[in-house]
Amino acid sequence: MKESNALLYLDNVNVAFDGFKAINNLSLYIEPGELRAVIGPNGAGKTTMMDIITGKTRPDSGDVLWKGEHDLTKLDEADSARLGIGRKFQKPTVFETHTVYDNLRLALKADRGVWPTLFARQSAAERARIDEYLTLIRLTDRAEDLAANLSHGQKQWLEIGMLLAQEPELLLVDEPAAGMTDDETMETATLLRDIAGERSVIVVEHDMAFVRALDVKVSVLHEGSLLAEGTLQHVSDDPRVIEVYLGR
Amino acid sequence: MGEQSLIGRVVAARSQAFLIVLAIITIMVPILHLAVPPESFFYVPSYAVSLFGKYLCYALLALSVDLIWGYCGILSLGHGAFFALGGYAMGMHLMREIGSRGVYGDPTLPDFMVFLNWEELPWFWYGFDIFPFALLMALLVPGFLALVFGWFAFRSRVTGVYLSIITQAMTFALMLAFFRNEMGFGGNNGLTDFKDVLGFDLQSNATRAGLFVASGIALGLGYILCRSVVRSKAGKVLVAVRDAESRSRFLGYKVEHYKLFVFVLSAMLAGLAGALYTPQVGIINPSEFSPANSIEIVVWVAVGGRGTLVGAALGALIVNGAKTLLTGWFPEIWLFALGGLFVFVTLFMPQGVLGLARGEGSLGEGARRAVAFLRARRALRGERP
Repeated sequence: MKESNALLYLDNVNVAFDGFKAINNLSLYIEPGELRAVIGPNGAGKTTMMDIITGKTRPDSGDVLWKGEHDLTKLDEADSARLGIGRKFQKPTVFETHTVYDNLRLALKADRGVWPTLFARQSAAERARIDEYLTLIRLTDRAEDLAANLSHGQKQWLEIGMLLAQEPELLLVDEPAAGMTDDETMETATLLRDIAGERSVIVVEHDMAFVRALDVKVSVLHEGSLLAEGTLQHVSDDPRVIEVYLGR
Repeated sequence: MGEQSLIGRVVAARSQAFLIVLAIITIMVPILHLAVPPESFFYVPSYAVSLFGKYLCYALLALSVDLIWGYCGILSLGHGAFFALGGYAMGMHLMREIGSRGVYGDPTLPDFMVFLNWEELPWFWYGFDIFPFALLMALLVPGFLALVFGWFAFRSRVTGVYLSIITQAMTFALMLAFFRNEMGFGGNNGLTDFKDVLGFDLQSNATRAGLFVASGIALGLGYILCRSVVRSKAGKVLVAVRDAESRSRFLGYKVEHYKLFVFVLSAMLAGLAGALYTPQVGIINPSEFSPANSIEIVVWVAVGGRGTLVGAALGALIVNGAKTLLTGWFPEIWLFALGGLFVFVTLFMPQGVLGLARGEGSLGEGARRAVAFLRARRALRGERP
């Protein structure tokens, strides 16, 4: 295995589905505490990239290393989650028939094994931490409501709260602004900027206003490869980026 | 806060009511059978004791299916197999207990083996002369089958209708295997002509009453066990897997481990139900493995109300009670009645009988759903609404 200080290290990764190269020689390095935006047109391989990082899809070749020591290509979703990788889906996915409180309780960092979970008793410390997250995502007064009864935006926030309760070191966030109002979008950008620093965050997003609000290093994907990387200004000036993405 | 704790209180009250009613039945039926003179109006005849005992076994079986289907979304259409395996384990013990009182008078070999000119007892019949061993096997054999089957199925992420189909295949394959004389389980006649259990005559009233009480206690304990599982944090994980499997994985839960745990537990409960069923019915044969039997269990659970535990037990009692009456009155139409009942429940009572009692999924709402369904179908066909 190669040496690297990066939290997440993708090198020369390739994946093909039935001959279609979804990911083509992709290399990406994420530093501890970094907030990174990933943009790219549909079919650029953004979601496949996340699937590879979280062990959902196995790459055909290339290295995917976590903290330079764990080979993520050998692990499944639950393993990568236990290592400290949290993932938020584009469509808010929460446990609809559980209360908001129980959603957070299930997400809270704890032993995930069957036996410890079967005999788990809730401690006061756990309860206090869940209350903190409830305050953070502004759902304290909805704690005992079923998650199914939340609005779309509230579900997005609950899912973000669940991710934070997992205490991951890296958060993968897929189009968080989709379906949000402008105000909610800006609030979400602020929230993600607050989260980064303590942990690394990768945000996949289409919404340019949102990416501008994040104000961080941007990676542009195209046809499964990295097309350009740098500040939003830098990549927007890149003629290749303009041609495949921004110019359309 | 208020609404949720109200639901919590209703569930707790329902659970207590169920256990109290079950306790009363478990105590009263034997008393009305043994202590009341036969000419009394309140006398429970011996055939009824065995019949009700059989219902209690079915209720435990329904509970085991609700545990995996209602709470974890695993629709097993092969749970009859685990029930039958438990039944066979107990049947093997009862066969050994006949001893030399069989038709051929062989002290070790059951009659059917003598009939087939077998020289000695097959190895897998060893130990079944000991009651605790047989009871243990009634739990472990279904549990082990569920472990192996589940390990392959859940690891390969077989879900939904595909899983249901392979569970059907599993019980069908077992049925064909148990039909064969060479298997050493009595072929299509199965195991029968039992004399006694633990030295008590199976025909005596006291033994029937005792088996009834044992079934009632098993159902009660099974219910308490299932309820503590679904109320634990792991139970919440099961529901999470049912509702959003991939979200559970990305939270770090090994979904296949949770499914395997609950599947094995459920199979063992089904095996226990089977072990109590055999001595009360007096026979166990390969037809217990038939795919239709397993589907029927799912109907019981749906009728009672999926994901409620109490509803599953209630559904088993209601449907089997109706079955006993209808097969007596109109034997030809029973299967149509069962099919019709399932369609009716699916369309009009999505929450089952318990849903009606709770006021959720009421008949009115069900009727609206049914009308919407018919409209949508008509629209699909391109007909006028």
